[in-house]
Amino acid sequence: MSFTGMGGFRAEELVGQELAGGPLPTAGVRARRRGRPRVWRVTIFVLAAIFFVGPLLAAFKFSLLQDNGHYGFANYGQILSNSAVRSSLTTSLEIAVITAAIVVILMLPTIVWVRLRQPKLTPVMELVTLLPIVIPPVVMAAGLEVLQEDAPQWMIKLVFNHPLTALTPFYAVLAMPFSYRAIDTGIRAIDLRTLVDASRNLGASWSSTLLRVILPNVQTAVLGAMFLTVALCLGEVVIASLLLYNTFPVEMVALRLQSHVGVSVALSMITLLFTFLLLFLLSFLAQRRHGAASVRVL
Amino acid sequence: MIRFQGVERRFGEVTALAGLDLEIDTGELIALLGPSGCGKTTALRILGGFDRPDAGRVLVGDKDVTNMPPNKRDMGMVFQAYSLFPNMDVRSNVAFGLRMRRQDKEKRLKRADELLELVGLTQTADRYPHQLSGGQQQRVAIARALAIEPTVLLLDEPLSALDARVRTQLRAEIRHLQQRLGITTLFVTHDQSEALSIADRVGVMQSGRLEQLDTPENVYRRPATQFVAEFVGAMNRLPGRIGDNGQVQVLGQRLSVLNPDGYTSGAAVHALLRPEVFAVVPDSAGPGEVTDRSFLGSTVRLEVTLDGGQKVLVESPSHDAGIAPGDRIALRILADSVIVAESHPEVAVRA
Amino acid sequence: MAGFGGWGGIVPFAAYVALFLGLPLYVVVHGALTTDSNHFTFSNFSTTFSYPSYRQAFENSLILSLWTSLLGAVFGIWLAAAVVTAKPGGMLHRIVQSSSGVLAYFAGVPLAFAFIAALGEVGVATLLLRHIGINLYTDGFTLSSMLGVGLCYVYFQIPLMVILITPALEGLRPEWQEAAQGLGASKLGYLRHVAVPVLLPSVVGSTLILFGNAFSAYATALALVGSTLDIVPAQIDSAINGNVEVGADRLGLALGVEMILVILVVMVGYWLVQRRARRWLQ
Repeated sequence: MSFTGMGGFRAEELVGQELAGGPLPTAGVRARRRGRPRVWRVTIFVLAAIFFVGPLLAAFKFSLLQDNGHYGFANYGQILSNSAVRSSLTTSLEIAVITAAIVVILMLPTIVWVRLRQPKLTPVMELVTLLPIVIPPVVMAAGLEVLQEDAPQWMIKLVFNHPLTALTPFYAVLAMPFSYRAIDTGIRAIDLRTLVDASRNLGASWSSTLLRVILPNVQTAVLGAMFLTVALCLGEVVIASLLLYNTFPVEMVALRLQSHVGVSVALSMITLLFTFLLLFLLSFLAQRRHGAASVRVL
Repeated sequence: MIRFQGVERRFGEVTALAGLDLEIDTGELIALLGPSGCGKTTALRILGGFDRPDAGRVLVGDKDVTNMPPNKRDMGMVFQAYSLFPNMDVRSNVAFGLRMRRQDKEKRLKRADELLELVGLTQTADRYPHQLSGGQQQRVAIARALAIEPTVLLLDEPLSALDARVRTQLRAEIRHLQQRLGITTLFVTHDQSEALSIADRVGVMQSGRLEQLDTPENVYRRPATQFVAEFVGAMNRLPGRIGDNGQVQVLGQRLSVLNPDGYTSGAAVHALLRPEVFAVVPDSAGPGEVTDRSFLGSTVRLEVTLDGGQKVLVESPSHDAGIAPGDRIALRILADSVIVAESHPEVAVRA
Repeated sequence: MAGFGGWGGIVPFAAYVALFLGLPLYVVVHGALTTDSNHFTFSNFSTTFSYPSYRQAFENSLILSLWTSLLGAVFGIWLAAAVVTAKPGGMLHRIVQSSSGVLAYFAGVPLAFAFIAALGEVGVATLLLRHIGINLYTDGFTLSSMLGVGLCYVYFQIPLMVILITPALEGLRPEWQEAAQGLGASKLGYLRHVAVPVLLPSVVGSTLILFGNAFSAYATALALVGSTLDIVPAQIDSAINGNVEVGADRLGLALGVEMILVILVVMVGYWLVQRRARRWLQ
C-alpha cells in the first residue's frame, strides 16, 4: 500500500484534473490528428478493457451468489445482519477515523512550523516521511509481533489489547508518505507567511491561527490526506492479520476461508465502491474550491 | 521563390486561413504580423509541412510541396521555445540534421562547430540545453536550423519567450545572419517593432486574411486598411470633413486624402493620424490643453484634450517638449496627406 | 507551538516517529543481529542464505517482482501512450485516467477476491474458457501459484505504471518531434534519437518503483493463498507466527532486514535515475 500510496496520490491529482474538465498539463498534444483510430491504440484499449473490467464483473456476479445457491443481494445485507461483519467494520471505521485525525493533528502543525521556523529541515522531513515506504508492511508486522511478545504487562494492557490502540498509531506511520506530501503541497500553494503574520497582527493566538486561518485554506489538501488514510486503513490486511486482530479486511478473508465466498466478495465490492466514492468526492470538492485542477500532491 | 496559392485552412468552425496568396522572393525576409488567431502561425506551419491546407497549393520554386511531409522539405525551423533535444549536447543538437542526411561524424561535428561560431556560442558546445539561458538556446536552435543549409528558414515567434533586452539584440543578429547568408526567410511575430525593424516586407494578417503586404515604411505610413492603420503603431482618429478635389478638412488644416474613393464631398469622416505627425506649441489661447504626460525616455507622450472633448495622442522627441499637464497648446499637423475612414461613434484614439 | 527555543516545534513529530517507526524498526534490526542470549551475531543472516527454503523464497520473490514489474511496465507504457496521444478531454481519456487512480488502490483483498471470481476453480473466466476448450486447471494452472498471484500483481502494476509514466509522456514536447522532422528525421527516427532516450530514465525509474511495489507486497498473496506461497513475506509470516521451529522468529527478522535492504537499493536507484529525468523533462 505504501508504494501504491505514492502512485495513488499522483492518481488523485490526475483524477481531480480530469473531473475538473480541464485538459491535463499537456504541453504535449497539439490539436492535429484527424481522428484516425490507430490499430496499436485500439488494441491496447480493448485488451485493457477485458483485463481490468473482467474480474470486476466476475466479482459482481460472485457477490450475488448467496449461500443458498440462488442469486440475490443477500450477501450485501450481511454487512448489517452479520454481527461479526458489523463489529469488524465498526472497528475498522473507528481505526480509520482516528488514524486520519492523528495524521492531520501530527502533520499539519509540524509542516507549518517547519516552513515558518526551520525551513532547512524540509529535506529531512521529506526523507523521514519516505522511510515507511522502505519498510514493507510485513516487516513492520514482524517487528510489532516481537514487540508484543516481549512487552511488559502494562504496555500490553495499554496498547496491544485492542486493535484500536494497537493498529492506529502504526497505520498513521504507514500513511505518512502520501499524507505529508498532500498537506505539504497544500501549504506550499498558499502564502503561509503572509497569512500567519496577518492573523497574528490582528491578535489571534497560534491555535486560533491554525484552526481558523490556515486549516480552511488547505482544506482540500487535508481532506485528501484524510481520505487516502481512510482508504489505507480499510484495506490494510497484512499487519492486522499477522497480529491477529479482527478488522474488516481480516474478516473478509476469514469469511472466504469459511467458504462464504459470496459474502466476502460482496463486502470487498463495497470497500471498492467506498474507496472510489472517497476519491470522487475529493476531486469534486477540489474542483469546487479551486475551480480548476485538484490537489497537486506530487 | 515561395508561393502560397489560395491556401485555406479551417479548424472546425474556425477559419484559420481564408485563401492566402503570398509570394516570397529568394533571399527575402518576410515578417507575418498580426494578433493571435490571425493565421500567421498556421501559414508558417503549412509551409513547413506540419499542417496540410484544406485547399490551395504551396510551391517552392517550381515544385508543389503541398503534400510533402516535413522531413522531405528542405527547410530549417526555429520554434518559440524548448525545441532543443534535451538528451543531446549542443553540438549534437546542431549536427542532428546532418546526421539525418547521413553525413559522417567528423564532417558533421565540424560543421556544427562552424555554426556555433557563427552564432557566437563555441564555448557551449559540450553543454546540455538545460544548462543554457533562453537566448543561448534560441541561438543554438538557429544554428541547428542553418546547419542543413536549407532553402527556407522558418521562424515561429522565436523571440517572444525572451527578455526584452535579449530580444532586441537577437533580432538584429538574426537579420544580419539572414542577409549574410542570403537565405529566404519567413518570420512570424505579434510584435510590430520586431516585424518593422527586420523585414524586407511585412505582411499584416487578420482573421486568416492578408490585409497588406508591403515594405515596413509603407505599412506604417500608408496603411491599406483601417485594421493595419490601427494595429501597427498608435493611431489617432480626428473628425474631419471631405472637401472638393480629394481633400479633407481636419483641425483647421487642409490635407490631401490618400484613399479618396468612395467618399463624397461634404461627408464627415475620421482622419487617421499618427502621434508623431503632430507638433505641440504652447499657446495660451489655443484650442487644447495637455491632460497627461508620459516620459518614455527618447520620446514624450502627451495626451491633449481639445475643447469639445476630442482626445489626441501626441508623441515628440523628449528634448523638444518642455510642456506640462495643464498648459494650453495649439496643435499643428505636420503631414500633408492622410488616410480617412468611416466615422464611428467610438474612442478617438487607438493605441 | 511557537517558542521552545527554536527547535521545539519538531518535538511532537520526532517523538512520534521515533516511537512508532523507530521502535519497530529497532526491534527488527536488533532481533536480526542478536541471538536469544542477546549476543551480537550475523548468524541469522547466514542462516537465511544457507537454508534452501529461504534462498528459494528470496529467489521467488525477486523473480515474481521482476516479471510482474516488466509486464506492468510494458503494458502500462503502451496504455499510457495510447491515452496521451488520444484526443485530450475525450471520453476514453477520462475513463482511463479515473480508473488508474482507483485501480492502483485495488491491491490487496478486493483484488484477490475479484481474481478468484474470475480465474478461480469455478471462476467466470475459467468456465468461459472451458466452454471453448481451454481447461486451465487440468492443464496445471492454479490461482494459488506464482503465476496466478503474479497475474494479480500485474492488475495493479499496470495502472501504477500508467500513473507514473504519464507525466513523462506528456513532457515530450511536440516541438521536439516537429524539429526532428524538420531536420529530416522520420517518425521512427524521432522516436529512436529523441523520444526513447529522453523517456528512458523515467521508464527505468518507474519500473524500479513497480519492482519495489511487488517485492514488498503481501496483502494480495495473503488474501489469495494465506502464507503458503513461497515468497519472502510468507516466510517471515510463518517464521514469526511460530509455525516453524523455535528461534525462527529471528530468522524472520533477518529476512525482514534483507527485504528492507532490497527496497533501499531500489529507492536509491530510483532517486539517481529521477534526477536525470527531472532535468530533461522540465
